[in-house]
Amino acid sequence: MAWRLHPRITQVVAKTILWAFTGLTLLILVFIIVNISVKGLPQVTLSFLSQDPTDMGRHGGIFSTIIATVYLTLLAIALASPLGVGTAIYLTEYTREGWATRIIRFGAECLAGVPSIILGLFGFVLFVMKLGFGWSIISGGLTLAIMVLPIIIRTAEEAIKAVPQEYRQVCYSLGMSQWQTITRIVLPSALPGITTGIMLSVGRSLGETAVLLFTAGAALRTPTSLFDSGRTMAVHFYILAREGISMPNAYGTAAILMFSILLINLVAYGLMQRMMRRFS
Amino acid sequence: MDKGKFVERVLFLLALSSISSLVIITIFIFEEGLPLIMHTGLKDFIFSTHWAPTKGFFGIGAMIVSSLLVTLGAMVLGVPLGLACAIVLAEFCSERVRRLLKPTLELLAGIPSVVYGFLGVIWLVPLIRDHLGGPGLSLLAASVILGIMILPTVISISIDALTAVPDVYRDGSIALGATEWQTVRRVVLPAASSGIITAVILGMGRAIGETMAVIMVAGNAIKLPSSVLEPVRTLTSNIALELGYAAGRHREALFATGIVLFVIIMVLNLSATLIARRR
Repeated sequence: MAWRLHPRITQVVAKTILWAFTGLTLLILVFIIVNISVKGLPQVTLSFLSQDPTDMGRHGGIFSTIIATVYLTLLAIALASPLGVGTAIYLTEYTREGWATRIIRFGAECLAGVPSIILGLFGFVLFVMKLGFGWSIISGGLTLAIMVLPIIIRTAEEAIKAVPQEYRQVCYSLGMSQWQTITRIVLPSALPGITTGIMLSVGRSLGETAVLLFTAGAALRTPTSLFDSGRTMAVHFYILAREGISMPNAYGTAAILMFSILLINLVAYGLMQRMMRRFS
Repeated sequence: MDKGKFVERVLFLLALSSISSLVIITIFIFEEGLPLIMHTGLKDFIFSTHWAPTKGFFGIGAMIVSSLLVTLGAMVLGVPLGLACAIVLAEFCSERVRRLLKPTLELLAGIPSVVYGFLGVIWLVPLIRDHLGGPGLSLLAASVILGIMILPTVISISIDALTAVPDVYRDGSIALGATEWQTVRRVVLPAASSGIITAVILGMGRAIGETMAVIMVAGNAIKLPSSVLEPVRTLTSNIALELGYAAGRHREALFATGIVLFVIIMVLNLSATLIARRR
């Protein structure tokens, strides 16, 4: 008979390895956060946030890149939210599972998997070249909107589904129409979840680089119209780091970028958890 | 038309936005890239490793191989780590620990890819250069960074797959005298296998499509690598590095590179969807 380890010993070994791997993953996360904090946070001063970059970003702050980031993100969210929430309402309230829902879901899933560089190529050829918007806030915002659309659809759908069926039944029994039920009861109840999706989209937009490099461009001036090029914080950070322009400023930008995204994601996660707990 | 019907029509149109975006993206990428593939010939375009766009040579063979190798390397690192985290979170830890660990690990997904690339350049590349040799910017560096970047995808989808396995399976196995680990290995993991495969495939899609982090750490040399310590250029990097100044046939060739990438990603997504549906 072949010699075998006692199952309990195997279990101890297996659990140790699994926990060690989990620990390693956590360690990587901690390393990333600590590293960026230690080198980056000391750079972050009021003047760093409020001054425009000068000399290609070697000196000065990142004010114009913050403005460009805010414009692009707002535009993307403003375009994608109605589309995404509308899709979610249609999928949850208006149809049974069938070929239509399957195609719509499939579209959203595939779109979520499209790599950002492909979106960048697409935005470049359609918005920048064919429609003649050039490297601009509008080209970037439109492309970002397509990128975040699947995120908004998925979270909004989940949130609307979580609203208990009884809520709707009560509305109908009171003589409300379907549309009244949706706008007065279902959407307000699902609002925390929908907000989660929007916040996650903001986080995703903040960190995006590949899409924007070829649609919004990298002009350092503060954009003043939709048709101006603008450099977001992430693109600015990429250029600073890759061309070795200024490591301290790169770290400072990275710190602001990372902490804003982490904070947004944490709040978004908390909102969704709270909503799900209320309904379960 | 009454209001209810009207609202339904409008919502239906909104709901078509994602699928129509996908269709438009496909049309435009193919429209721009296909002429070049026709011109060069699909076989030469995919299998030739000679890329000299200014001289009229458009072969992306080396980049396809590099993309696949980098992805493979990322899976070797990311799948065991991610799966281990998922098993620990879904099976081996208390509710309280889980509630703390899960959102913490999800933070990894929020870190922008440029930050991963940057830290790769600052920490990983010198480490590889000094201890293993070569220029440091390498296939290995890209694999390690991508391996970390796919963790959130692998972890969250695997956790969903594991928690979807009914508790009666576990109870039955434990009642038969199996240890917890035996239960996980022989009962829970096989039952969750299609979900875990989906997680792995989507992780692959994420790795092969990643651009910025890879550009920063992979070295971007256009040749077939003969060791993991050599620099490589992936399909994504090729597009991002040259799109800024390419024109004419050269630009078409970058869109054609995009077509190849797009097809690979769509095949991966389709198989993930099909496997997930089988469940």
